Amino acid sequence: MNMEPILSVRGLCMDFGGIRALDKLDLRIRAGEIAALIGPNGAGKTTFFNCLTGIYTPTAGELLLAPPGQPSRRLNGLKPNRVTEAGLARTFQNIRLFPGMTVLENVLIGRHCRTKAKILGAILRDPRTRREERENVDIGMALLKKVGLAHMADEVAKNLPYGAQRRLEIARALATEPLLLLLDEPAAGMNPQETQELISLIRSIRAEGLSILLIEHDMKLVMSLSDYIFVVDYGRKIAEGVPEEVRINPVVIKAYLGEEVDYA
Amino acid sequence: MNVITIKNFRNALVTALWFMFLTFPIMVIKVNTTENLIVWRWHNLLYVGATAFTASLLTALYRQYRDRKRSQQQQEEGTSRVSWNERFFNTPAIARPVCALGALFFLVFPLLFSTYQVNIMTTALMYVVLGLGLNIVVGVAGLLNLGYVAFYAVGAYTYALLNMHYGVGFWVALPLGGIMAALFGILLGFPVLRLRGDYLAIVTLGFGEIILLVLKNWSEFSQGPGGISNISRPGLFNIQLSMEATLNYQYYLTIAMVLLTIFVINRLQNSRIGRALFALREDEIACQAMGIDKTTIKLTAFALGATWAGLAGVFFAAKNAYINPDSFTFLESAMILCIVVLGGMGSILGVIIGALVLILLPEYLRAFSDYRMLAFGAILVSMMIFRPQGIVANIRQSYRSSKDGAP
Ligand SMILES: Nc1ncnc2c1ncn2[C@@H]1O[C@H](COP(=O)(O)OP(=O)(O)OP(=O)(O)O)[C@@H](O)[C@H]1O
Ligand SMILES: [Mg+2]
Repeated sequence: MNMEPILSVRGLCMDFGGIRALDKLDLRIRAGEIAALIGPNGAGKTTFFNCLTGIYTPTAGELLLAPPGQPSRRLNGLKPNRVTEAGLARTFQNIRLFPGMTVLENVLIGRHCRTKAKILGAILRDPRTRREERENVDIGMALLKKVGLAHMADEVAKNLPYGAQRRLEIARALATEPLLLLLDEPAAGMNPQETQELISLIRSIRAEGLSILLIEHDMKLVMSLSDYIFVVDYGRKIAEGVPEEVRINPVVIKAYLGEEVDYA
Repeated sequence: MNVITIKNFRNALVTALWFMFLTFPIMVIKVNTTENLIVWRWHNLLYVGATAFTASLLTALYRQYRDRKRSQQQQEEGTSRVSWNERFFNTPAIARPVCALGALFFLVFPLLFSTYQVNIMTTALMYVVLGLGLNIVVGVAGLLNLGYVAFYAVGAYTYALLNMHYGVGFWVALPLGGIMAALFGILLGFPVLRLRGDYLAIVTLGFGEIILLVLKNWSEFSQGPGGISNISRPGLFNIQLSMEATLNYQYYLTIAMVLLTIFVINRLQNSRIGRALFALREDEIACQAMGIDKTTIKLTAFALGATWAGLAGVFFAAKNAYINPDSFTFLESAMILCIVVLGGMGSILGVIIGALVLILLPEYLRAFSDYRMLAFGAILVSMMIFRPQGIVANIRQSYRSSKDGAP
């Protein structure tokens, strides 16, 4: 496995008024690995994603993205769309699809930042625009096939069952051609069979060379899927390591005390 | 089975009492100021109460009926219902002849009807263009704009002033009017980038008022409330046209304009830009997270919408040969918004129907003109209750690539 970090976070802090939601967070994600970010409710995991993707501007700290073979880039202060262009794509904890658009259209929105058609092109439908649109639809359909939603391409997104909506969010994120995929509780609300399918989906995405960072409460999933785990509590990193280390780390067990942890 | 429960009954009673209470001052008390008399019209109270009571019960019954039908349908199909317009467009055997007939009707309209009717129809068609333009902003991008008429005014005044000072003709002024309006659209767009919903509505409302006040008060520039007259009508290769021929010519020009608008907007909606606009309405944060630049796309929405208002404004100035600020009041914005909402947000066919209904009906129901506003309000309120998606619900395009064929 490649040991170069694709994302380095140094001393990341995020304050909401007087509340420090993230406190000097440091982490590195290596290219091609599946990393997990875990922690009790309200630990600041989603806040971390929001800082990373430009939805919040961090109070302090540094976010560096190092695409393989390219100079690294600071992500601080970039607008969310720039971050996506730079190669980070995410899903949301509380699903944020475009409910009134079709499944395929949702994925096509993900293609927006990788395509160019302007107003004039849209009106005239010149060969270049038509080709781009055709390629987009092909890419979109291929992604839908991959997440098992191809047969529902023309269905309006809000009519999809919950698990399918989560998979559509992944397809939409993949459509932006990311280097690093951020998944916020992708298995939430899924039944065991759906979770199993999700695990193989995430593995197949990694097999294509993407790096993945996922937030998850389902310990079984986290332990079986991730190469490396970061544990946060009250906005602070309290532990990190490979699953075997984290599983027996007393600090982690203490943080989770009171919650029923299922270390299967 | 439809049943009226005690609860429905009680609700109806409360509604009736409320209505009686609220309408009491206007329906019951009548003050005769000349004789200093107060007439108490108690019988009116009875009518109000009875009407409100029945209406409330009927609404409750209708709701029961609708809910039952919905749950039945969901059980049968498992998925969402197919709207009437989707069925209509998916059956070429019906859709084609209907469209052909419609086209033929509009084509021969001036031959069949008087110049008066042609004139009204031309006006209605201009509102179709306005409605379609506002539809981009409100219906597609979901940005509530209550000052849309300002762009209409910009277009009209661009032509009127250029014509008055420099003798610029209609055909040159047409694109200029569109461009000017688009620039004003961007001008309005910048300060409201961060606003949404009600706040956006209020600022756009203010923008409309500012433009109106400028036009009214800056007399050296716009000739003030007196307006600008003797604006040239659209020319046709320097041929002198009779009055009737001019009207017919304008009618066909407007038809061409409507066709162009439909063509362009239809293509835009099903393009990369159109999808981004629609996504903006659906979820702004997800939109940005998917790599869409919110600033650009919002400004695009404002500019695109404003362009059509500008073009329509030039048409308006040319058609009337006279404009003054009174044509561009808030009422006009409200009217265009009604067209979009009534017709169906985001639906081209809906907006066309909405414009024709809202502009033509009042013209043909002049006898009831006293009740026009009342009917307007009633129609809109009942639309909101019974068919919030408008007359024609928006349907999403299905994209199919050559490769995959049928699933
Ligand atoms: N916009 C905000 N304004 C103020 N406080 C916030 C904001 N967003 C998050 N917080 C606070 O930051 C803390 C971390 O929240 P966050 O949503 O990141 O937790 P989380 O780890 O994702 O939890 P969960 O597992 O429940 O999703 C919480 O105390 C929350 O109340
Ligand atoms: Mg969270």
